[in-house]
Formats: sequence, C-alpha cells, structure tokens
Amino acid sequence: MSLSQRKSFSVFPAIQFIIIIALTFVLSVNSFAQEATDDTTSVTSVIIAPPTNLLVEDFEYDDGEKLNLIWTPSIDDQPQVGKVTGYQVFRVTNDDVTTKIAELMPGANNFTDQELDKDSTYSYYVTAIANGAEASSVTTSPISPQREWVNFGLTNLFVIALIIGGAIFYFIEMGKRGKKLFVRKIAGLEAVDDAIGRATEMGRPILYIPGIHDMDDVQTLASLTILGRVAEQIADYDIKIRMPVARSLVMTAARETIKASYQAAGRPDAYSDDMVSYITDEQFGYVAAVDGIMVREKPATVFLLGAFFAESLILAETGNHVGAIQIAGTARPAQLPFFIAACDFTLIGEELFAASAYLSNEPKALGALKGQDVGKIIAAAAIIAGVLLETVIQLTDSESAATLLGYLRQAFTT
Amino acid sequence: MRREIPLLITGIVGVVFVISYFIPHFPFNMMDGWFSDWFSIIQACAIVLGALNLLLISSQKIIRRKTDWGYSIVVMATFFLMIIAGFSGGVEFRGPDTTFTWLYNFTFMPLSSTMYAILAFFVASASYRAFRARNAEATLLLGAAFFVMIGRVPIGDLITGFMPEGARLSDLTGWIMDYPQTAGQRAIMIGIALGLVSTSLRVILGIERSHLGGDS
Repeated sequence: MSLSQRKSFSVFPAIQFIIIIALTFVLSVNSFAQEATDDTTSVTSVIIAPPTNLLVEDFEYDDGEKLNLIWTPSIDDQPQVGKVTGYQVFRVTNDDVTTKIAELMPGANNFTDQELDKDSTYSYYVTAIANGAEASSVTTSPISPQREWVNFGLTNLFVIALIIGGAIFYFIEMGKRGKKLFVRKIAGLEAVDDAIGRATEMGRPILYIPGIHDMDDVQTLASLTILGRVAEQIADYDIKIRMPVARSLVMTAARETIKASYQAAGRPDAYSDDMVSYITDEQFGYVAAVDGIMVREKPATVFLLGAFFAESLILAETGNHVGAIQIAGTARPAQLPFFIAACDFTLIGEELFAASAYLSNEPKALGALKGQDVGKIIAAAAIIAGVLLETVIQLTDSESAATLLGYLRQAFTT
Repeated sequence: MRREIPLLITGIVGVVFVISYFIPHFPFNMMDGWFSDWFSIIQACAIVLGALNLLLISSQKIIRRKTDWGYSIVVMATFFLMIIAGFSGGVEFRGPDTTFTWLYNFTFMPLSSTMYAILAFFVASASYRAFRARNAEATLLLGAAFFVMIGRVPIGDLITGFMPEGARLSDLTGWIMDYPQTAGQRAIMIGIALGLVSTSLRVILGIERSHLGGDS
C-alpha cells in the first residue's frame, strides 16, 4: 500500500511536468511563428518606389570598354527620412546572364560599368533596396560600348599644347640661327661658380643630393642635367664630389653623367665610381646617412636639386648647421618654403628645369626656355581676362560677360 | 651609337606617351601600363646594383680601416640580418608573425620615426631664421606668418572675439591662405607645368642629353 501510494504519488507529478513542458514548447513555437509572421508582414509591408529614367550611354572617348548609367533615385530615397538603404546595379549580357555589378549608397544616381567587351551588348536595371523590400527599374535596351580613336574632349588642351610646343620649336629654331635670346639672371645659378670656388678654397668636398625619386621623375632628370654642368667645373677645379643617392637607377645614370663630364673636362683619370654611392630606398634611412655624411665630412657646398619631401628641411638644416653654402631647387611647392628658409639660394619650380639650359648657354636650349614664355603670356592673359569678366559680372550682372567667362573656363578645363 | 640608341628610345617613347594622352584607342591606351611595368622590371634589376654597391663600399671601408669604418660593420651586419630574416620567412616573409616583420616594425620603424621627429626641431630653428625682420619682404613674411599661426589656434578668435564675424583673426588667416597664398602657389604651379613641358620637349628632341653622359 505504501509502495503503491508512493508510486502513484511519484508518477503524477512527472506526467504533469511533461505536459507542462510540452504545452510551454508548443505555445512558444506558436508564439515564435506568430512573431515571425508578424515580421514578414511588417517587411513586406514596406513598399518603395523604384528608380526611374534609367539611361545607359556610351562612355565618351574610351577604347570601347565602358558604359555610363544615369538614373533618377527612388522618390523614397530622401536624406534622413528616406526608406531606401541603397541601390544594386545589375547587368544583363546578350546571352541572358544577369550579374550584380555594384552596390551603391542611398542618393546614388550614376555608375560607370568598366572592362566591357565592345563586341557584346549589355542591358541594365537598377534596384532600390529597403529593409528586405526592393523595387527595380525597367531594364534598358541592349547597348554596346563604342571605341573612339581620338579624345575630342581634350581638343582645347591639344590646341594649347600646339601653341606652346610650336612656340618652343620656333624659338629653338631662332636659337639655332644665332638670334640673341635674353634670359633673365637667376641668382641661384649665378652662385654655382662661387659655391664651387668656395669648396676649392676650403679644400672640402661638394655634396650633391638629387632628391629621393627615381629616373622617371622629370625633377631627377633635371637634377642630373645640372649635375653634368656642375661636374665639369668640379673636374676643372679638382675638388672632391660626394653624391649619395636613394635609387639604384639614379646611381647608374649619375655615374655616367659625372664620367662624361670628367672626360669633357679632360680629366678622365680623376673620375672614380666611389663619387656616387647608393644608400637605401627608404626615405629616413637615406636622410640619416646623408646627415651623417654632412656632419662627418663637413662639405663646403651642398646642392639639393630634385624631388624632395619631408626630408627637405632635415637635410637643409643640417647643411646649414655645418656651415655649407647651399643651393637648393625643387618643383614641389610644399617644400619650397623650407628650402627658402634654410638655404642660401633656391631655384623655385621652373628655375630648376631652366638651370641646365641656363648653365650651358646653348642657343637651342635657351630657345626652348624662351618658348615657355609664350605659355606664361597665355596663362597671364587668361587670368586677367577671367578676373575682369568676373568683376564685370559682379558689378553689372551682364549675361554676355557670363557667357564669355563660361567659354574661357571651358577653354582651360579638361 | 652609345648616345644615339638611348636618344632614339627616349624620343620614340616620349612621342608615344604624348600621342597616347589624346588617343584612347588600343594599343595607345595600354602604353602607360606597359611602360610602367617595364620600368618596374628594370628598377627591380637595378636594385641588385645598388645593394652590391653598398656592400662593396662598406667592405672596402672595413678592409682599409677608413675613417668611421665601425659604422660599415653595422651596415653590413644589419643588411645580412634582414636578408636572412627575409629568406627564413619564405614567400610569406612579410606576414604578420615573421621575424622580418618583427624586425621591420620594432627596429626600423622606430628609427625612421625618430628621424622624422627631428623635423619638429628643425622647423623651429628654420622659422627663427626665416622670420627675422631683416628687410621689407622678410617683415611682410613675419607679419603674414604671425597672423596665420595665431589665427589657426583658438586663442586667435578669443582675442578678437569682440569683433564682428568675418573680421576675426581666423577669418584673416583664411583670407591670407585662400587668396595671396593660393595665388602665389598657383603662379609657381603654372611655371612648373610650363617648365616640365619645355624640359620634356628638350629631352624628347635630344637637345638635352647631359643625363645620358654629355654631348659627345
């Protein structure tokens, strides 16, 4: 009795417990299902307008590999309050393969499809996305990218290049015919002789730094052409030249340049490969080495000509501290103030490129310099005309002045 | 021939580059990429020359006991250390957990940053010299620098806070930077652009050839 009582006592609660668990489970599942259904209802209830006016056109002046897509964003794509969370761009090829090619942010209204095949046709549609809902634009008609031979968008630049190039050719020809060409004095280049003479008197070396860029930079090329002229004088005066470089190709080219200059000066025996040494490609590793050379060898003259970056002031200040006369030059406007502050003479921008012609005094090279002036005249005339037109527009609100200014802007915009 | 062939190559490549700027059609549209690839290949080969030169000069210094030859030992030791670290890492030597990366991040980078940090002191010493009012131009520079510097920090507007908007120090700074400074910088940029064109034409036409070893 007591056993059966104990049995019945223990079985009932167990069954009750199982029933409660089962009920709880069923109710929970039901409730989850309901929630999920509610969610679905809320998702599908978001209705958004599709993007409209989708237009596909050929990308102008390319090799037949790009197409431009432009559309009007969905009216539900509003800043802050809009429902649209982004756009997806789909491409349909002529063999009916559809590919998603881009996912764009809300507000996007254009896209350039690239790396296309000019022999295929492409259709596109754009889908606006909003929390699971989406709305697609109509699919465009098939279009092929077109290949163009000439970039007519650069016609204005081509004309300007022709004028400046023509002027340079004209003055080179004038130089060849022996016409006297006036070139203004450049203080930094006038000082080259004195700087080399100073090193001779002091019996100290000359340090030549060609910047930290490679031979593909015109500044390095300009620096090496100056080196050619400077090295000839150095060979004449029999002074030591040190040229640590940051690029292997510059090392090879600089050696050739100095060797030729020593030969031209009739002193090939005085040339040594040790004059030019490679340090490292690393910017500040190079700076540390050059600073070390400056402090240890105390050069009388330092040339800093070429492409310089953050190292410009470190090098120029160290040169200043060791008491060297310094001639610097670069075509990087951001570094010019540092050179002006720390060096004795600075070749500003174009003067660096003019230096070789200036030092050589060769008529053809001087002719090329004179040709540049035509470009400056064009630039100055355009600036003055622009300023005058803008002033007239501000004062009189003249429409014809605005039209003229528009033409002027167009002429100098690519 | 030693001069003529490089001049010919320079001329052809220069002309092709000019043409490719205006003609988007194949093969001109590919030229830029091809020449860049070739340059990278030549550059990669040339680095061997540079490394050999570095080793040669350093070893000569050590052997001949030239001045400061001790530094050359450091150069050679670190040179070989990095090479060994690189090779020991295999193809993935630049991976996050390699010895090469560790050496680069914890020895080279701090040293490099130290060199860069010196710039702060040099800016101060160079500014001290540049901003001395020796003549009219230097005085003008000093004045402009004073207004720009003080207008860039909050105290500038604090001092001139009583003035109407548009006449405060930060506005003056903005005006100096937007007009006189930009005008001067653009003038320099125009000169540089024209200088580039002229130099490029001289090189392409072979008028400028001293970088190839002179005129002979």
